Amino acid sequence: MIDLAALTIAEARKKLDGKVFSAVDLAQAYLTEIEKKNKELNAYLEVYDDVLEQAKAADEMIAKGESHPLLGIPLAIKDVILIKDRKVSAASKILENYKASYDATVILKLKKQGVVFLGRTNTDEFAMGGSTENSAFGVTKNPHDTSRVSGGSSGGSVVAVASNMALGALGSDTGGSVREPAAFCGIVGFKPTYGRVSRYGLIAMGSSLDCIGEIAKNVRDAEIIYNAVKGRDDLDSTTISDETYPKVFSKDKLVIGIPYDFALGEGVSPEVRENFKQAVEKLKKFGFKIKDISLKNVDMSLAVYYIIMPAEVSTNLARFDGVRYGLHKDGKNLFDDYKLTKGAGFGKEVRRRILIGTYVLSAGYYDAYYGKAQLIRDALKEEFNKTFNKVDLIATPTTPDTAWKIGEKSDPLSAYLADIFTVTANILGIPAISLPSGFIETEDKKLPLGIQFMAPHGAEDLLFDVGKVFEAIKDN
Amino acid sequence: MDIRAVENLAELARIELSEEEKKSLLKDMEGILGYIKQIKEVKVDEVAPAQDLINVWREDLPASGGPEKSREFSPELIKEQFPDSQDGFLKVKKIL
Repeated sequence: MIDLAALTIAEARKKLDGKVFSAVDLAQAYLTEIEKKNKELNAYLEVYDDVLEQAKAADEMIAKGESHPLLGIPLAIKDVILIKDRKVSAASKILENYKASYDATVILKLKKQGVVFLGRTNTDEFAMGGSTENSAFGVTKNPHDTSRVSGGSSGGSVVAVASNMALGALGSDTGGSVREPAAFCGIVGFKPTYGRVSRYGLIAMGSSLDCIGEIAKNVRDAEIIYNAVKGRDDLDSTTISDETYPKVFSKDKLVIGIPYDFALGEGVSPEVRENFKQAVEKLKKFGFKIKDISLKNVDMSLAVYYIIMPAEVSTNLARFDGVRYGLHKDGKNLFDDYKLTKGAGFGKEVRRRILIGTYVLSAGYYDAYYGKAQLIRDALKEEFNKTFNKVDLIATPTTPDTAWKIGEKSDPLSAYLADIFTVTANILGIPAISLPSGFIETEDKKLPLGIQFMAPHGAEDLLFDVGKVFEAIKDN
Repeated sequence: MDIRAVENLAELARIELSEEEKKSLLKDMEGILGYIKQIKEVKVDEVAPAQDLINVWREDLPASGGPEKSREFSPELIKEQFPDSQDGFLKVKKIL
C-alpha cells in the first residue's frame, strides 16, 4: 500500500526512480482513491480510461533510465486546458461534447516528461466563479466539510489534490481561481507572473488576466510543476522571457509589507483577522522585517476587476456561436441559430458576465466604466511598483472568510466579494501564492484558511522562498 | 436600467432569454452595476503612464523549426465537430 496522504511529488520521484513502486502501482492507487471518493466530492468530470496505459509507458521510460521531475507522476487537469483527442468542456453545455484537436503547450511539456493524466476536473463554467457552483455538471464539495463549497473556479483540481485523488494539478487563475480554492481546502495554490506560462490551448476567459496556475500539497511540489510548464512560447505572444523583468535576488532579511487597513478591513471575518495576525507574528519572530504599508486605490481593485474581466469575457465568448463546433441549435436563420445556441448553451453566470461586459463596452458607457477602470489599473500598477521599492513582498489573507455553505450565496455580488484580496495580482500581472495558514473550528468541522504573498513581476522565486519558510514555521 | 436595456444587451450579445430570466438578470445587473460604479468617484491622472509594452511582432513567414513552432493539430477532429457539413466543408445558413 502506498501512503498517498503523506506522499509528495519530490518523494514519489525518489521512490519511482528507486523502484520502490512503479508508475502503474502509483496510478492504480490513485484510481482506487478516486473510485472511493469522487462520487461524493465531484472533483473529476471525467477520469480517463487509459490511465494505466499512460503509467505503463512511464514505467518503460523509467526502465530505459530516463528521469524527469514529473515522469510517472499522476496529475489532474482543469477542464479548460486542451489535451489532444480528449474531451474538454469548460464545464459548459455549449462545449459538452467538444474534443480538443491539439495539445496545449503546457500539456505538450508535461507529456514530454511522461506525466500520467488522471482526468479533467470540475470548474465553474468557463472558470467564472469562486465555488464551482456555476458548473453545468454539479458542485465540487469541500473535503473538510461536504456541506460547503470547494472554492473555485479550479475547485475540482484543488479537491483532487486535497483529498489524495491526484498528486498535483493544473488550474487557471483569472482573479484568484487557483488561490481561493487552495485556501478553502488547505493546500498550496500558485499564480505565476502574467505571461510566464503559455496559454496556448487554454480556453480564454479574460485575456489580460488569465494565467495557468499550479496546485500542490506543498511549495516544493508547486515549484516542480511550475518549472515544468513555464517558459516562452512562440504560439503565445504574451509569454515573457527571463530577461523581460529585472532579476530579483533573494536575500537573508526579506521585508514583507502589510497593507493593514486593507488586510484587516471591513468585510474580513474576525477569525480570518486573528489567523492573519498570528501568521504575521510568526513571520516577525522568524526574522522577517514587517512593514506597515498603505496602498491607495487597492480597495478599488475588485470594482476594476468586475469591469475589465466581463468586458474581456464578452469578447472572448463571442466565438461560441454553434457554427464550427460545440452545441448547435437550429433556428429559422443564422441570427436565430446564434441566439438559440447561446441561449441554450450558456449558464446563468456566463450570461450575466457577457451582458455586463457588453454594457461596460457599449458606446455611452465605455469611458465611464472600461476606460476609467483601465486608468485606475495604471495608477495601481505605479503604486505597487513604488511600494516594491520599499518592500520585497506584500502579504494579505487569501480570502475574507472560510468556504461558504453550498447555495448560501445566491446573490452574485456577495460571491464576488470573496475575491477582494486575490484580484489585484491579476490586474497587475504579478505573481502570488496562497499557503495554508491554519484552521478555524465551526460546527465541529475544521475549516482551512490561507495567507497570500504577492511579489514583483518575475520574482516567483521569492514566493517559493517565503513559502518554504512559512511552511516550516506555521505550526510553531 | 430597465427590461428594455437588458433586452437590448441580450440582442447585441446574441443570447435568447426568457421573460423570467430578463427580470432576474435585471435585478442582478442593478446590484453589480451599483457596486462597480464606485470607480467613478476615484480621482486619477488622465495622462497615460509610460507604457512598458514590448514589441512581439515577427516576420510574416511560415513558422518552422522545432515542435514549439509548428504544432500538430488534427484536421479530422476539427471536421468531425462541424455541426453541419457537405463534402468535407463546413455548411452554414445563407447570410445574404
